[in-house]
Amino acid sequence: MTGSFDFSPLWLSLLLAAVTTFVLLIVATPLAWWLASTRSRIKVVIEAITALPLVLPPTVLGFYLLILMSPTAPIGNFWRTLTGSTLAFSFTGLVLASVIYSLPFAVQPLQTAFEAVGRGPVEAAATLGASPFDAFVTVVSPLALRGYITAAVLSFAHTIGEFGVVLMVGGSIPGRTKVISIAIYEHVETIDYASAHVLSGAMLLLSFCSLMLVFIANRRFPVRIG
Amino acid sequence: MSLLELDVRMTFDKFTLAVENTIALEGITALFGHSGSGKTTLLRIIAGLEHNATGRVAFNSETWQCNSGRTFMPAFRRAVGYVFQDARLFNHLDVAGNLAFAQCRASRHSTTLNRDTVVKALDLSGLLSRTPYTLSGGERQRVALARSLLTVPRMILMDEPLASIDGRRKREILPYIERLPRDFGVPVIYVTHAIDEVAAMAENMLLMSEGRIVATGPVTEILSRLDLFPLTGRFEAGAVIEARVIAHDIGDHLTDVAFAGGQLSIPLVDIPVGSPLRVRIRARDVVLAMGETTGLSANNALHGVISGIREDAGAMVDVQITCGSAQVISRVTRRSVRRLGLALGTAVIAIVKSITIDSHRGNPPQQIPQKQSSGGDIAPEP
Repeated sequence: MTGSFDFSPLWLSLLLAAVTTFVLLIVATPLAWWLASTRSRIKVVIEAITALPLVLPPTVLGFYLLILMSPTAPIGNFWRTLTGSTLAFSFTGLVLASVIYSLPFAVQPLQTAFEAVGRGPVEAAATLGASPFDAFVTVVSPLALRGYITAAVLSFAHTIGEFGVVLMVGGSIPGRTKVISIAIYEHVETIDYASAHVLSGAMLLLSFCSLMLVFIANRRFPVRIG
Repeated sequence: MSLLELDVRMTFDKFTLAVENTIALEGITALFGHSGSGKTTLLRIIAGLEHNATGRVAFNSETWQCNSGRTFMPAFRRAVGYVFQDARLFNHLDVAGNLAFAQCRASRHSTTLNRDTVVKALDLSGLLSRTPYTLSGGERQRVALARSLLTVPRMILMDEPLASIDGRRKREILPYIERLPRDFGVPVIYVTHAIDEVAAMAENMLLMSEGRIVATGPVTEILSRLDLFPLTGRFEAGAVIEARVIAHDIGDHLTDVAFAGGQLSIPLVDIPVGSPLRVRIRARDVVLAMGETTGLSANNALHGVISGIREDAGAMVDVQITCGSAQVISRVTRRSVRRLGLALGTAVIAIVKSITIDSHRGNPPQQIPQKQSSGGDIAPEP
């Protein structure tokens, strides 16, 4: 069975999670830094929008994303004229959906970490001649290392575990959008419990390992401020 | 000498800071005032850390801030060293890393200032591989001091660097700070609310109260002004006198010092005869006598004339006595003033116990001590 077993949903999930996590850390860093340091009144609005994926049913989020990505909608149309292919039911569409869906899992740990670092080290760096960007890269980021590890692991794990959004946006095209959670669902539907067991076991192990990583990281890199 | 021009305002909650002063910076300038008088805020405005301050800040005719914040040179371009009350070392770097951080961002280059000079001056060679959270409070401040020196700053701002350090450790660090202006040619503004730190180190002082600078001048002058007594310290208030060592009595553990107004015996100070010395005489430690008295244990009797009397609301009256060109202040009761008939112009003798006198190694601003003592008015003992 192992020789012919289709592990491609697992690899696809891992790839999707890796790309999503990479994109998320880049997108979430400035957003979280802004949220941690701003005194703007629209902060609460942005915070609420960022946290929306936590409370929205994934199917609702997936539905809206599907509408936005359809070739008749501005975003979907723009993508189509740019690349010649549709955004919906593509791997790129899945990445976009996953980034939005997992956004709070990257932003919130980073925001908390930046808030814990505080203004003190930034001001100290400024008086030592470091520009704000320099101070962010050389002082704030290393001090917020634990926040980055937490954000990365949570984003990765959450993306692997998603189901509703990818089903709505990606469908189930083997090798392109059929990720592990959808594959398991289909195995169960076709009463192929053996295959469902293999993939589910792999998921369980993966989830456990990633959570272990978070707790080990929290031990290894304790936040030391002041 | 550097010139710092300030014309700044800042309001938050119910507090308004409004400072309009041009300050000549040389050596250590103490910024003294009670808690909440706006000292730290003013320091942060000078450093460029307060973006809400309006007005003008200029240093040696280079404008740092002008026109309600339209011109605003960011903190990292001002080349101002800042030593925070809580040191703010970078905990992800060791001590050497903290120093390197500053050194490679120095805006100006100095031929005389390399890392080894600074490390040696602040005795940091044993700490270089330590991480900040393993250091004591005093060690941390020494590293912070070294770190800001390595940026080759145009001035150093210190915000109560010794506030969280206990008395004995404090006395260990004071000499390092005291030496900075001379050794590294950088003026220092030193925020404190401890009058003994002012007396020990500063040449000049800015007295701050309720968001304003209410007096500026040499420390000896400001601390002997009766009208400023409520601000210069209620119980610790006293006069500071610049004196010179004339003799040591090793047997009795006393040092004799002279100033333009008399002589004092103080607890032994281990510095050569002829050295300048600053002594502080607290007002509450001075007894007034109308004539020569005998049978007293006190060693010091200074002859002078009453040049000022300031009555407090309570029992206390502060009496300023001019002895030669120096002033001593005595805090007596209202009853004593009436009983002795003390008034302006009354000749009195100020009696001071030797052991109550604090002494600080003097650091006269301009003159070179050796030259002055050889041709000065007080001949050193052979």
